[in-house]
Amino acid sequence: MSILLTFLSGTAEGLWWAILTIGVYITYRLLDFADLTVEGSLPLGAAVTAVMINAGVNPILAVLISFLAGCAAGFSTGILNTLCKIPPILAGILTMIALYSVNLRIMSDKATVTITSETLKEQTMNLLKISNVNLNSVVIGVIFCAVIIAVLYLFFGTEIGAAIRATGQNKNMSRALGINTNVMTVIALMISNGLVALSGSLIAQFDYGSAIVTMGQGSIVIGLASVIIGEVIFCHKDHNFAYKLSAMVFGAIIYRCIIAFALRINIFKATDLKIMTAVIVAFALSLPVIKEKLAIRKMKIAHIKENAAQEGKKHA
Amino acid sequence: MLDLISVNKSFNIGTVNEKHVLRNLNLHIDDGDFITVIGGNGAGKSTMLNVICGAYIPESGKIILDKTDITYFSEWQRAKFLGRVFQDPMMGTAPNMQIEENLALAFRRTKRRGLSWGITEREKEIYHTSLAKLGLGLENRMTSKVGLLSGGQRQAVTLLMATIQRPRLLLLDEHTAALDPKTAAKVLELTNEIVTQNNLTTIMITHNMKDAINIGNRLIMMHEGHIIYEVSGEEKRNLQVSDLLKKFEEASNGEFANDRMMLS
Ligand SMILES: Nc1ncnc2c1ncn2[C@@H]1O[C@H](COP(=O)(O)OP(=O)(O)OP(=O)(O)O)[C@@H](O)[C@H]1O
Ligand SMILES: [Mg+2]
Repeated sequence: MSILLTFLSGTAEGLWWAILTIGVYITYRLLDFADLTVEGSLPLGAAVTAVMINAGVNPILAVLISFLAGCAAGFSTGILNTLCKIPPILAGILTMIALYSVNLRIMSDKATVTITSETLKEQTMNLLKISNVNLNSVVIGVIFCAVIIAVLYLFFGTEIGAAIRATGQNKNMSRALGINTNVMTVIALMISNGLVALSGSLIAQFDYGSAIVTMGQGSIVIGLASVIIGEVIFCHKDHNFAYKLSAMVFGAIIYRCIIAFALRINIFKATDLKIMTAVIVAFALSLPVIKEKLAIRKMKIAHIKENAAQEGKKHA
Repeated sequence: MLDLISVNKSFNIGTVNEKHVLRNLNLHIDDGDFITVIGGNGAGKSTMLNVICGAYIPESGKIILDKTDITYFSEWQRAKFLGRVFQDPMMGTAPNMQIEENLALAFRRTKRRGLSWGITEREKEIYHTSLAKLGLGLENRMTSKVGLLSGGQRQAVTLLMATIQRPRLLLLDEHTAALDPKTAAKVLELTNEIVTQNNLTTIMITHNMKDAINIGNRLIMMHEGHIIYEVSGEEKRNLQVSDLLKKFEEASNGEFANDRMMLS
């Protein structure tokens, strides 16, 4: 029973982080841009949400405004990269650092802002009459993910969406085909960070019940881990875009469940979470190299055996 | 239709590696011209095309297209008028997108992109017929990823992409150089077909002197950043490879003896 409960809470958490994962997927995979802005836009979404809800703003409206705040963060990184020609990683780091100050301003210099008014969590629980917190989160999380996947699926099928994908793959070709690659890069970064901030907004409302200024730390690695887990488990051939995005959601859920179960075993402490994540990502990223090394080793052994066999024949 | 007027382009200005590549380059192109460009390595041929397409902005000089001064237009803005095929087959296509998606991107080269569908059913029929004309069977693989195609097939697709919306000017930079001789001949034949059928104005860089003589109505030879020899019409048709080699020798005091121009 308790295993089932761990699984349920892992799934609930995973669904909020899935939205961040989709954001990371857009920059990392579609745009080929390792974007560290994420670490600042996640708490940005949470901070905006917490402060607004406490000020009496409707939680749904707070979610939307968080999205826009994230878009602004992405815009900043996009301008630094495209107009100022600052390399992606550095452009992301600059915005991330700047956001740390911005987030503290929003949160009036407090490291944590607890949400005191009614959030989307209480509202939906009253509305749907689901008494189990995690079950309610799963239902709402699935709705959010489904809507986001549907909208993105449609968007990336449009002319601008196709131009963004082209920009991520071949900037030379894109410009030769009349695509303003700078604009496409900025748009993709805005969408991505908008989603990450939205994810932060929902985490603050459904999971933490507060905004924490440090909650973004390591979030890019969590996002990457989820992307890679989703790809390794679900994407083996050419799938359609909605399927790939769904795989990202499952990647995020599986990641959360792995962490949740790892924490149940008593060897790990909550503070070990980051090193566990780093190990998962490092392992997943080196998987292709490991596979190749193993294949070469296998060939080498076969080769040596063959040589030995021939030697044997000669002597016989 | 296109004029390059006293164009100068240098790289790494103000460093020890400073290199003055295009030197007072002048070129006038008429509507319907098919110009082949030859010249040794580093003569500035690719740089000339890159200045025309906006990849580089010259330090001085003007580029006039149909009476419009486009010297400072950005690369994507000029794409409205230009079709391009690169030397590297990897450079002209998006490898992880389908053949038809690549064509759909090219189909929108001259348009403003918005939120309408990136590809429509009606277009797919156009792509099907155009691909069939290439004679490579690609019309039956329209949903294959371009990354799965061979270099020659990719160059053929890129050529189609460059011309699916009629360009004012088609720029070909050694677009058959990376292909084996048989495939190169096939792609060149396709090029000639497409250009003559649509009466496209074209600049083609090549290292193959025979091709440079046999194809097109004008030939220019570049050396050290400007045009040192130009020939057209009847005179060009009667040209021999040996004549061209002699011109090269004259221009360079024999330093071309080992150049790869000699091989072709
Ligand atoms: N981006 C660049 N930065 C620095 N130098 C460059 C750049 N592009 C070209 N050059 C230099 O300019 C000169 C001319 O190069 P270009 O590519 O135009 O020659 P090319 O005539 O096309 O030669 P090839 O036949 O080898 O293609 C070369 O010496 C090259 O090193
Ligand atoms: Mg060149």
